[in-house]
Amino acid sequence: MASLRNNSLLAVSSALLLAGFILLAPSLFAQAVNSCLDCHSALDGTLQVTPEKFSQDIHAQKGLTCVSCHGGDASNYDPDQAMSRKAGWKGKIDRKQVPQLCGSCHSNPAYMRQYNPSLRTDQLDQYHTSMHGKRLAAGDTKVAVCTDCHSVHDLRPAIDPRSPVNPVNVAKTCSRCHSDVAYMKPYGIPTDQFANYSISVHHDAMVVRGDLSAPTCTTCHGNHGALPPGVDKVQNVCANCHAFQAQMYGKSSHFKAFQEKGLPGCVVCHSNHAIHMPSDAMLGTGPTGVCMKCHAPGDHCDKARAAILTDLTQLDQSIKNADQSLRLAESAGMEVSEARLSQDQAQDSLTKARVTIHTFQTALVDADVQAGMKIAAANLKAGRDAMVERNHRRIGLGICLLAIAFMLVGLWLYIKKLES
Amino acid sequence: MFAFLYRWLDERLHLDELIAPFKHKTVPQHRLSYWYFFGGITLFLFMIQVLTGILLLLYYRPGANEAFESVQYIMTRVQFGWLIRSIHAWAANLMIFTAFVHMFSVLFLKAYRKPRELTWVTGVILLLLVMGFGFSGYLLPWNTLAFFATKVGTEMAGQVPIVGKAMMIFLRGGPEVTGATLTRFFGFHVAVLPGLVTVLIAMHLFFVQRQGMSVPPKIEAEWIENPSARREMKFFPNFMLRELMAWYVAMGVLGALAAFFPWNLSTKADPFISAPAGIKPEWYFLFMFQTLKMIPSKVWIIDGEVLGILGCSVAGLLWLLLPFFENEKSSRSKAWVTGISIFALVYVIGMTVYGFLAQ
Repeated sequence: MASLRNNSLLAVSSALLLAGFILLAPSLFAQAVNSCLDCHSALDGTLQVTPEKFSQDIHAQKGLTCVSCHGGDASNYDPDQAMSRKAGWKGKIDRKQVPQLCGSCHSNPAYMRQYNPSLRTDQLDQYHTSMHGKRLAAGDTKVAVCTDCHSVHDLRPAIDPRSPVNPVNVAKTCSRCHSDVAYMKPYGIPTDQFANYSISVHHDAMVVRGDLSAPTCTTCHGNHGALPPGVDKVQNVCANCHAFQAQMYGKSSHFKAFQEKGLPGCVVCHSNHAIHMPSDAMLGTGPTGVCMKCHAPGDHCDKARAAILTDLTQLDQSIKNADQSLRLAESAGMEVSEARLSQDQAQDSLTKARVTIHTFQTALVDADVQAGMKIAAANLKAGRDAMVERNHRRIGLGICLLAIAFMLVGLWLYIKKLES
Repeated sequence: MFAFLYRWLDERLHLDELIAPFKHKTVPQHRLSYWYFFGGITLFLFMIQVLTGILLLLYYRPGANEAFESVQYIMTRVQFGWLIRSIHAWAANLMIFTAFVHMFSVLFLKAYRKPRELTWVTGVILLLLVMGFGFSGYLLPWNTLAFFATKVGTEMAGQVPIVGKAMMIFLRGGPEVTGATLTRFFGFHVAVLPGLVTVLIAMHLFFVQRQGMSVPPKIEAEWIENPSARREMKFFPNFMLRELMAWYVAMGVLGALAAFFPWNLSTKADPFISAPAGIKPEWYFLFMFQTLKMIPSKVWIIDGEVLGILGCSVAGLLWLLLPFFENEKSSRSKAWVTGISIFALVYVIGMTVYGFLAQ
C-alpha cells in the first residue's frame, strides 16, 4: 500500500516537472535570442556590433537591449520582419535625434532612479544651453552629440577608467574634434587647446600624479552645457578651486582695472589652457615675468613688484639655509626634529605669501613673509646650536677619554708594581 | 676613616669571614686568559643599563600618546638626556654583543663541561633574557620602526603551534600592537625582566665563584705535562684591577659611540601607515629573521613559518642542553660538540651579514 502511494507521488511530480519545462522553455530560449547581434557581429565597419562589445555597455549590463533604442524585433531571424516599421524598428538613429533619444530615459528621474538614484537627469536641458546643443538645433550636425563623447554600443560609466569621459580621458576626447584643424575651420576657433593643456600644471596633476580632482576641459567649460566661461567670469570658474586667490583678487585694484579693460581676469597672468606651475619668476623681469607686460619700468607698481619679489626670494633662501643647517645637524646625529617640524610652518608662510600676492599689496605680503622669516631664523639657529652642542660633546668626550687613558695607565703601573 | 668604618662594621657583621674566600680566590693565568674578561664586561654593561635605565625612568612616560614625546624631551631638553639615552641604547647593543662573545668563548674554551653545566644553562637563559630586554626596550620610544618591528616580532610568536595565538595576544595586550602593548612591554622591561635577570646573574656568579674559572683542556694538559708552567693570579686585587681596566675601555667606547653616533629617534609611530619597505629587526635577531625568510612558504604539508619557529625553538632548546650531550670519555661526542659550535658561529655571523645585505 505504501509503495503504491510512493509510486503515485513520483509519477505526479515527474508530470509536473515535465509540464513546467514545456511551459518555460520558449521563454528561456527567447531571452537568449538576439538576432540583431547575430547578424551585426558579422557585418563590417560602423554596422558591426559584436556580443563582446555590447556586453561591455552599461545599458546591456542593466538589461537593456538593441530594441530599447532601435526598436524592431530581436527575437525574429527574418531580417524583413525583425527590422520592419510594423515591429517599431527605427533604424540608424539620426544624429539630430540622438540627444532626444538618450534624454527619453536620462531625463526621466522616476525611470533613472531604479538604476542609479544619484545620477543627474538634467543632461538634455543642459545640452540645449551648450554651444553644441544650440548649433545642433540650428541644423549643424557636425557638433558633438551624446554618442560622440560617451561612445556607443560599448558605453561605460564615467567612473570606468576606459570610458572616454573618465576625467583622465576627457581632454583627449574633446581634442578629437577641437584639435582637428580641418574639422574646426568653419567655426574659426583655435585648435591648440589640447596641446596647451598637455603642458599645463593641471594636466600634470591629472595624468602624471593621477589626481582625479584636477581640472580638465569639462571642469571649466561644463560638460553637457559646455560653453566658454566668458571673459568677465573667468575668476568665478578658477575660484571653485583657488578660493583664497580669487577672494583676494576680487578685492584688488587689478580686478577693477581688468574689468574696465575687458581683460579675462586670472587668464591675463596665468594663461588659460597652458597654465604653468606658478613661480616667483613670474614677478621678475625675465621671459616668464608677467607684470612688466603691462607696467612701465620704474613706476609705482614696478617698485611694488620688485619689493614683493625680494621679500619672497629672501624667505625662500632663509628656509633653504635653515634646511641645510638642520640637515647638517641631523647628519651629525643631533636631535632637531622640533625645528624640522616648524620648517613646515615657515614653508606655509611662504605659500601664504605667494597667495597674498593676489591682493597686490606689498604690506600684506610682507607681513606673511616676516612671519616665515622669524620661524626660518629660529630654525637656522636651532641647526647651528645643534652643531655647537655637537662640538661641545666631542670636547667633553676628548676630556673623558683622556681621563680614562690616565686611569688605564695608572692601573697598569699599579698592577705592575703589585706583581713585581 | 675608611679603616675605622670597616672595623666598626666588622665588629657587628664579621665582614672578614665573608671576604676571606675572595682573598684566597685565584684565577688561572695563561695565553687565553683575556677571554675571561668578557663575562665581567657584560656584567659591567648590565650595571650601566640599570643605572641609565633608572635615570631615563625619571622622565619617560609609557603610553601611546606620551612615550615618543617624552623620549624627544629627554633627547632635547633634559641636561645630558641625550647622553643617558644614547649610552642606554648603545650599552644594550654592546651588552648583547659581549654576551654572545662570552658564550662562544665559553664554548670554544670548553668551559661548559662538567661540573659547569648549570653555569652554561643559566648563561644561555641570561642571553635569551637579555635579548628579551632588547626586544621590549626597542618599542618603548614608540617610533615607526619600533612599532612595525614589534608587529612583525609578535606576529612570529603567533605562529607557534597551539599556544601561538594566545601568546601573541598576551604579548600585545590585545589582537593588535597598541598603547596596551607599550605599557605591557614597559612592564616587562623595567620589572619582570630585571627581576629574573638579577636572580639568574646571582646564580651564574655564585656558580662561577663556587667552581672557579675553567682552564681550557689544552692548557690543562700542558700544565700536567709541565707543572712548573702553571700560573695563577689572585682574584683580588690582581684580576679585579685588570677587569677594571677592561671596564674603563668599555666606558670609553660607549662614550665615543654616544658622542659620535647619538641614538636616533626617527618619527612617531603611526599605526595607520603601511610598514616601511625592507623593514628589518635589530642585528641580534637578524640571523633568525633571515632564516625564517629563506624557508619556503610551504614545506611538504607544513607551513614554512611554523616550521621555522619550531626549528628555532628546538635549536634553542638543544643549545641550552648542549653540555649534557658531551660525554667526558667519548672523543667523538667532543668532536661533535666542537663541530656544532663552529657551525653555529659561522651560521650566526653568515646569516647576520646576509640579512644586512639582503634587500
